[in-house]
Amino acid sequence: MSPRDLRGKVAIVGVGTAGCGEAPGYSDIELLALAAKAAVTDAGLQMSDMDGLCTANLNAAMWPLSVVEYLKLRPKFTEGTNIGGSSFVAHLLPSMLALEAGICDAVLVCYGSAQRSAPFSRKDVQRARGLLDPSPFEAPYAPFNPPSSYALIAARHMYQYGTTRRHLAEVAVAARRWAQLNPDAFARDPLTIDEVLKARMISDPFSKYDCCLVTDGAAAFVMVRADRAKALPNKPVYVLGNATAVWHRNVSGMDDLTVTPSKESGERAFAMAGMTVRDIDVVQTYDAFSINTILALEDLGFCKKGEGGPFVEDGGIAPGGKLPVNTNGGGLSCVHPNMYGAFATIEAVRQLRGDCGERQVQGAKIALVNGNGGVCAASQSTAILGSAEVL
Amino acid sequence: MEKKSGAAAEYLAALSEGRFIIQRCNECSKHIFYPREFCPHCSSSSLLWEDAKGSGTVYSTTTVRRKPEAGGDYNVALIELVEGVRMMSTLRGMAPDEVKIGMAVKARIEEGSGLVVFERAGEAL
Repeated sequence: MSPRDLRGKVAIVGVGTAGCGEAPGYSDIELLALAAKAAVTDAGLQMSDMDGLCTANLNAAMWPLSVVEYLKLRPKFTEGTNIGGSSFVAHLLPSMLALEAGICDAVLVCYGSAQRSAPFSRKDVQRARGLLDPSPFEAPYAPFNPPSSYALIAARHMYQYGTTRRHLAEVAVAARRWAQLNPDAFARDPLTIDEVLKARMISDPFSKYDCCLVTDGAAAFVMVRADRAKALPNKPVYVLGNATAVWHRNVSGMDDLTVTPSKESGERAFAMAGMTVRDIDVVQTYDAFSINTILALEDLGFCKKGEGGPFVEDGGIAPGGKLPVNTNGGGLSCVHPNMYGAFATIEAVRQLRGDCGERQVQGAKIALVNGNGGVCAASQSTAILGSAEVL
Repeated sequence: MEKKSGAAAEYLAALSEGRFIIQRCNECSKHIFYPREFCPHCSSSSLLWEDAKGSGTVYSTTTVRRKPEAGGDYNVALIELVEGVRMMSTLRGMAPDEVKIGMAVKARIEEGSGLVVFERAGEAL
């Protein structure tokens, strides 16, 4: 058996989100439950049909236990791998293996976070994490993470390749222009390159608009085997390829600051799908920071290393540009509750189902999802999704 | 256990005595940072401690913005040591935004914090 044998064997048949933006008064698990219910309903199934579960949360090491109890599930397959925000993309391949092996018949992937409205501060969280999960060779220098680690990556990229703050701002403005077409996006006010450049600096070269939103929100999706998917109400979205690469934890542990694990996960995902970048109609890539999008476009092969800046110039990835990227507005302008991977996946599914209204990419049949995890592109997971025509 | 403590504690103990030391693999001769229990390059357990030469270059840099009342802006940098390893640190003795990639720097152990910090190296380096 090879990964290629799993191509198209599993489909995403239901998606749901809840509390995206602000959801004061709700907890992580409550938001997750609302999204899970919406996804299961969308799939035309019952919660009791869910005999596989994938979930993760930044604040709870044994998070699947909380979810199983709250949703009253008895999963035969439980996947709680947490490699940061890429986790929910990385959950695809293990789910495909479990479904194809007949270990379970329906997998619920779910996530929820009340990060924005939480009754504790960022400082509280950092103190707790510093105690339980220390980073002894970086923490003493107080990098403001995650912005500072990605800022170090961006600074090096600028030094090596001549990437400019204006290039980074293009990414933020493109995301905002897509968000303006999405009624569910959190940040929809007009935004210009100059406003990005002149905004309050966070960790150079990033101003606040180079950094993702801090919102509440939950996302869930349901996967079943392809044969069963055809009998369900929605147009199935098939998983054609998925691969995950985990390279480091700290920015000081990176071999080359300008090359991310997408280089590896992308190659393997494309090989599994039997496709290349030329086949991709729409891209959803985890934009924790503006530099992430540029790095992903390079490492996935949409342009050469170092040419990500020029690629995004003049609205290159904005509506009407040469490649539609982050059509919901991304983490920069749509939604970013701690971990964004499931939201990127759902936007890809919606594009392939043709559910995207004003922001719909006409005729989209193949989507690429690229998840990112950790404070410095530590883990990345790439998925190629497609509609029935491309099986 | 063979040793009284792990490699990280040995490193910090030396720092507290005023010595900045790094590991070198006795088998493949590569330097290692941060300190480990075996060589991440060749898996040898035969690791030696050496005094760090203390010189390097700025590999990347950021100015972390902070309100003046909280202490003001500060520098966080990645330093590539001449031994070929990279570490996070900070530049002292200059404004945070004057730190540039490629700048030659030298290490010192800062009084008080006990941390390895860097300063711009003289032209001779």
